[in-house]
Amino acid sequence: MADVMALKPGVGGQAAPNYLTASRGLKSWLFTLDHKRIGVMYLASVLAAFLIGGVFAMLIRMELLTPGPTLMSAEAYNKAFTLHGVVMIFLFIIPSIPAALGNFALPLMLGAKDVAFPRLNLASYWLYLAGALMGVVAMVSGGIDTGWTFYTPYSSSTGGAVSLMTLAAFVLGFSSIFTGINFIATIHKLRAPGMTWFRMPLFAWSMYATAIIQILATPVIGITLLLLVMERVFNVGIFDPKLGGDPVLFQHFFWFYSHPAVYIMILPGMAVISEVIPCFSKKPIFGYKAVAYSSVAIALVSFLVWGHHMYVSGQTPVASAIFSFLTFLVAIPSAVKVFNWLATMYRGSISFQAPMLYAIAFLLLFAIGGLTGIVLGTLSVDVHLHDTYFVVAHFHYVMMGGTVIAFLAGLHYWWPKMFGRMYSEKWARISAALVFVGFNLTFFAQFLVGSRGMPRRYYNYLEEFQPLHIVSTVGSWVLAAGFFLMAGYLYASLRKPIDAPANPWGATGLEWQTSSPPSVHNFDHVPVVTTEAYAYATETEETTVGAR
Amino acid sequence: MRDWLRSILLPAEGTSYAGSVDSLFFFLFYMGVFFFLLIAGLLTYFLIRYRRRGPDDRTPYIVKNHKLEVVWTLIPLSLVIFIFFWGFHTYMDAAVSPGDAMEIRVTARKWVWEFEYPNGIRSLNELHVPLNKPVKLLMTSEDVIHSFYVPTFRIKQDVLPNTYTQLWFTAKEPGMHRLFCAEYCGTSHSDMLGRIFVDDEKTYNEWLETGGDEGKDMPLAEFGAMLFKSRGCNTCHTIDGTRGEGPSFRGVFGSQVKLQDGSTVLADENYIRESILRPQAKIVAGYQPIMPTFEGMLREREINALVEFIKAQR
Amino acid sequence: MSETPVVIEQHGHAPFLQHHFHTAEQQADASKIGMWLFLVTEVLLFGGLFVGFAVMQSMHPEAFFAAHHHLDRTLGLINTLVLLVSSYTMVMAVDSARRGKQRALMIYLLLTLMFAAVFLGIKYIEYSHKFHEGLLPGKYYSHAGDTVPGQFMFFSFYFMMTGLHGIHIVLGMAAITWLCFRARRGDFSPAYYTPVDMVGLYWHLVDIIWIYLFPLLYLIQ
Ligand code: HEA
Ligand code: HEA
Ligand code: HEC
Ligand code: CUA
Ligand SMILES: [Cu+2]
Repeated sequence: MADVMALKPGVGGQAAPNYLTASRGLKSWLFTLDHKRIGVMYLASVLAAFLIGGVFAMLIRMELLTPGPTLMSAEAYNKAFTLHGVVMIFLFIIPSIPAALGNFALPLMLGAKDVAFPRLNLASYWLYLAGALMGVVAMVSGGIDTGWTFYTPYSSSTGGAVSLMTLAAFVLGFSSIFTGINFIATIHKLRAPGMTWFRMPLFAWSMYATAIIQILATPVIGITLLLLVMERVFNVGIFDPKLGGDPVLFQHFFWFYSHPAVYIMILPGMAVISEVIPCFSKKPIFGYKAVAYSSVAIALVSFLVWGHHMYVSGQTPVASAIFSFLTFLVAIPSAVKVFNWLATMYRGSISFQAPMLYAIAFLLLFAIGGLTGIVLGTLSVDVHLHDTYFVVAHFHYVMMGGTVIAFLAGLHYWWPKMFGRMYSEKWARISAALVFVGFNLTFFAQFLVGSRGMPRRYYNYLEEFQPLHIVSTVGSWVLAAGFFLMAGYLYASLRKPIDAPANPWGATGLEWQTSSPPSVHNFDHVPVVTTEAYAYATETEETTVGAR
Repeated sequence: MRDWLRSILLPAEGTSYAGSVDSLFFFLFYMGVFFFLLIAGLLTYFLIRYRRRGPDDRTPYIVKNHKLEVVWTLIPLSLVIFIFFWGFHTYMDAAVSPGDAMEIRVTARKWVWEFEYPNGIRSLNELHVPLNKPVKLLMTSEDVIHSFYVPTFRIKQDVLPNTYTQLWFTAKEPGMHRLFCAEYCGTSHSDMLGRIFVDDEKTYNEWLETGGDEGKDMPLAEFGAMLFKSRGCNTCHTIDGTRGEGPSFRGVFGSQVKLQDGSTVLADENYIRESILRPQAKIVAGYQPIMPTFEGMLREREINALVEFIKAQR
Repeated sequence: MSETPVVIEQHGHAPFLQHHFHTAEQQADASKIGMWLFLVTEVLLFGGLFVGFAVMQSMHPEAFFAAHHHLDRTLGLINTLVLLVSSYTMVMAVDSARRGKQRALMIYLLLTLMFAAVFLGIKYIEYSHKFHEGLLPGKYYSHAGDTVPGQFMFFSFYFMMTGLHGIHIVLGMAAITWLCFRARRGDFSPAYYTPVDMVGLYWHLVDIIWIYLFPLLYLIQ
């Protein structure tokens, strides 16, 4: 990392030392307390994790090109999708936006010099590294074949490195908790003078909501995974029906975390979108308070819907009904956000740079993902669709089409700020198009395979499903091409001298008021906030016709 | 139109319950299409109409409109509440079985389905049911969680160890329906398939008595090859020499088999027969004693056929 | 970290003020928020075990009832009192720090440490009894002569819950020891005693968890 970033002074000659160049050497990175450097290290790490998860994904798609064995055995396939899921969830998507982009941008956006607890922040990164390392060891020492959901009693009886992998997830959980604690304290205590709660960028609101979930839900998965390890090591009995335990209890525990966790994934994505759309529409966000409160609403209600993953698990119909009802309620705030974003564009001045392209893609893909979530939330329909490829398609639309696309929007948005370089806009657009087309090819076909009845986690499948699987596999190649292209032009931009202006997009956030890349201490003068966020409008309230 | 769409989106309807689920599914489908088109349409319109024309475009200050906020909160809200009740209604139909339903016991284990009929007959991976009569399945598992899934009936229910779960249906389409295991249960999860035969009363009763005429005209070895797949032997055994959960059948017959206790036996017809009916009696060295016993689940001719089939794998 | 001179006007010269805070209060407030959030995660961590215990107890009430007779109520009660007293000494330690009484701070910290050690000592005695009688978790359970089956599950929970709690006690002792060193170095003053305050909060939490554990495990009726 460090030598790519070696200072190549910009056009003006001697650039002032920025946070990237202020000190050198691996140690100056690994022991840094600077939130920006920690953010960059997180970024490099989650991208590496994404690559690993992506390689597993390509193997999965390759295997599914034909029914029956294509290139690996059933055991290998089962390990491949498990590791794909585990890596993508625990190593990539959960830390992606908060720990990488959020760490970098949040303090800047609040006008702070750092997060509240820089050492805790570094500890979070080290825990992440430790967890990742344990994960890699688990992968090479036997792998695991439980699915990312670790359902008992299968997971307590199968072989492989299940205990090590669950411990890795446990450690990663604490890394996520530390980030959450840090963000809440930072938002409470380190806002710049004048930045009231309702002058905060919505990014901060969303991160706040995310952090609430991280803090309240993650410990539960922690203890659940520990119980699973205990079950494997001591046969403590809690999840083992042979010993008088209850395997379904594990599912309750697991989803009590993992449902809120899906909002740990999407809320940060929504956070990014709320920044990008106003900026590239040159309009203040529509319905600031509605968007802000809906984040908090999602965070709170998300704790009460976990049972929608368990309609056919044998839980009582009454429980299923309650969970279904609450599931629908939690969808409403998401709908509110979508409409507010749309309304923001109304009468804007919309430009189509890469971050905005991703934001547009987000709106379309998240709408599909969310609407199919409604389909799954419906009791009798989910009985048919549960554990089929329809669910696989749904969650890729929300996670990949939602969060990952939003992550890419944010990456392209803050890239100039992080590294001081502009990437090639032309290649960025081509790659965005490839990703968009490839993604839809890959996963739209899976809705159809699923609703026609093909279960998920299937190594072998009936021949009638093959045409759709071919579409999906070919789509995954297009998708991968888009990502490799992206890796290429982003890397190329790092080899150039610093050329990004402080505020390439003409954005209003405080992070754009300091140089690109920022100095070690973020701001030369503490910024003072006097207006609300997103003061993009060129007309005033009085001159605007049609506003209320 | 609906039939055409259904053929793209959904499997055939094997029960009338499937029809009522599909109505809801289609409602959701059209609603989804509507909202997607609404969003995509507005988006496209805005993107074109309000695209940036120059650096000094003027943009108005529009930040709220309470009426709009209320409208786009309440419309989705009332829609989902409506959907909830509809979904709940159909769900409850499936949850309560009629009192006069015929009961069949289902036992799931890695990776076979076993069915036991009221008269004590048992079958593997093949469920035979009478047409237009309610059937109730009382299900349990011997090892991990499995899930009984029949797409054409739109029913699914997890099968748990140590607990009974149930499912019921009234089949209205004669013929073969597919059964899948939908809960991940290990290596051969995707081969834990079964077939459900819906027959008229007469054929069904005949089957109960004679086991049907399956394989009647086939030579034994060929019938055995069929059973090898339909009875789930292939989830653990191969015939090409590669090792699965159990040893491959390739070259077994006539060989000296090393057992776990160190002794060896000659794999003759009786050994094969015993291995199928009482697998725990002699455990092959290097394997776990996980093979289920097939005693009482195979008819005499079926055992003969399997032995013949294994003999043929040289 | 703060190599370059801080441009922000400093309110007073509080010791240990980190560069990214403006005032000592701001820093102390942030620490408090952080600590409370951390305590919430701890509560939820134990909460999972409590829920698991409750569910299993409702499934096997007789076994749990029978098994809990193997616990020594007297020792449990003594330990409860020991922890309560240690909480009191911890409160006094924080109070001494706030008033700048260095010697009293040191004494109360050491007292707290001592009570914690007593707690662990008693726990050790209890554990060794259980080990001796084969009252061990899960598959290691080998107690002879049980009339009600399934008692191993109780001991699975007993060891997991008291074990996790014990680990917290040990971590707390480590933190208090660290406070002792800093106190001796003279780090704390009425203007800066946040670490004492924070460790105090943590210690009370550990204490409270025990107060829930004691009736749950020792006093089933
Ligand atoms: C980023 C992650 C993410 C997000 C945001 C969501 C969002 C939602 N999810 Fe999803 N979900 C997952 C990730 C996610 N999910 C994963 C990973 C799984 C599977 C795990 C596994 O088994 O491995 C899963 C599984 C899953 C199931 C279980 C399926 C099964 O296994 O049987 C259900 C069922 O209710 C469900 C529902 C929902 C709903 C209702 C939403 C809602 O929040 C969606 C809200 C959004 C909208 C509604 C769209 C925008 C609004 C409009 C376009 C306006 C119009 C709206 C209306 C008329 C309502 N999800
Ligand atoms: C964040 C979450 C996430 C993401 C992004 C993805 C991405 C992909 N997933 Fe994933 N998937 C899951 C989470 C995710 N998945 C989960 C949780 C499961 C369930 C597992 C289980 O059942 O237990 C699952 C299951 C799953 C299945 C079902 C397996 C089965 O049930 O049998 C399939 C099948 O097609 C699949 C395919 C893919 C594909 C083709 C991609 C592609 O989109 C991947 C494309 C990515 C790349 C090709 C990498 C490119 C990266 C770089 C080049 C480096 C990065 C550099 C820069 C961007 C600068 N996934
Ligand atoms: C769940 C897995 C599983 C299933 C299903 C299964 N087997 Fe097996 N089988 C095994 C294992 C493991 C062994 C080796 C250990 C032993 O001898 O029990 C074995 C051994 C055998 C042997 C002895 C082979 C030798 O090399 O000596 C025969 C014959 C056999 N099985 C036949 C069958 C037939 C016929 C069926 C289906 C009707 C079947 N098995 C279904 C797992 C299975
Ligand atoms: Cu049985 Cu999957
Ligand atoms: Cu969910």
